[in-house]
Amino acid sequence: MRVDVLYFGMLKEFFGAERDVFELAEDNTVAALLELLRGRAVTDLPVWNSLAVAVNREYAGLGTKLKDGDEVALLPPVSGGSGDALAS
Amino acid sequence: MLLRVEIGDEEIRTATVVAEMKAGEDGAVCVFDGIVRNNTRGRETLYLDYEAYREMALAQMKSLVAEAVARFGVRDVALMHRLGRLHVGETSVLVVVASAHRGAAFEACRWVIDTLKKQVPIWKKETFADGAVWADGEAFPEEVALGEKLK
Repeated sequence: MRVDVLYFGMLKEFFGAERDVFELAEDNTVAALLELLRGRAVTDLPVWNSLAVAVNREYAGLGTKLKDGDEVALLPPVSGGSGDALAS
Repeated sequence: MLLRVEIGDEEIRTATVVAEMKAGEDGAVCVFDGIVRNNTRGRETLYLDYEAYREMALAQMKSLVAEAVARFGVRDVALMHRLGRLHVGETSVLVVVASAHRGAAFEACRWVIDTLKKQVPIWKKETFADGAVWADGEAFPEEVALGEKLK
């Protein structure tokens, strides 16, 4: 199956792309896709410890099953709005 | 109840939005106008570049305002976020809550901006006089964060 992977924020710069297409075996999960991405990265994936993932525009867990045509987004901690975490 | 929600590149016209939100049965309109500050921890900010996972951000913003009405019993909520390059003093995010009573208006307004900053997929890159950096961002809520489970 094929899934579309979208990168945002610093991850877009890290991977040098806004999106990728990944070919995966059937019955794979979000966790398996993340391991694949981690393996491809030359250095540690930034924000690895604070990532969230969305599948088809909904937040997903590591155990979420992927299916052909899914849109999987890798989301660094969000920083919308004004100000920062300290001053908000 | 219109529940006006927008995300886009256009300037946010705070005064116009606030005026349009007022209705006869309201006793209070609470406004949070989030603007670009001229520094972060003392470092001089030149401008901010906002980007979003637009479709998901819009859906999340819509569900936030609907939940605010249900939770706090306010009459109407408007929520807008601007993307692209913003300079000091410009509005990046606007929350307007109209309600019969001020208590609910204040609470709903605070809850909407705090929740947006934790879970709506929008990011900003800050360009300073001496370099640029993606803002750290806030930790995701426990139910969506994967970090601890990945270690």
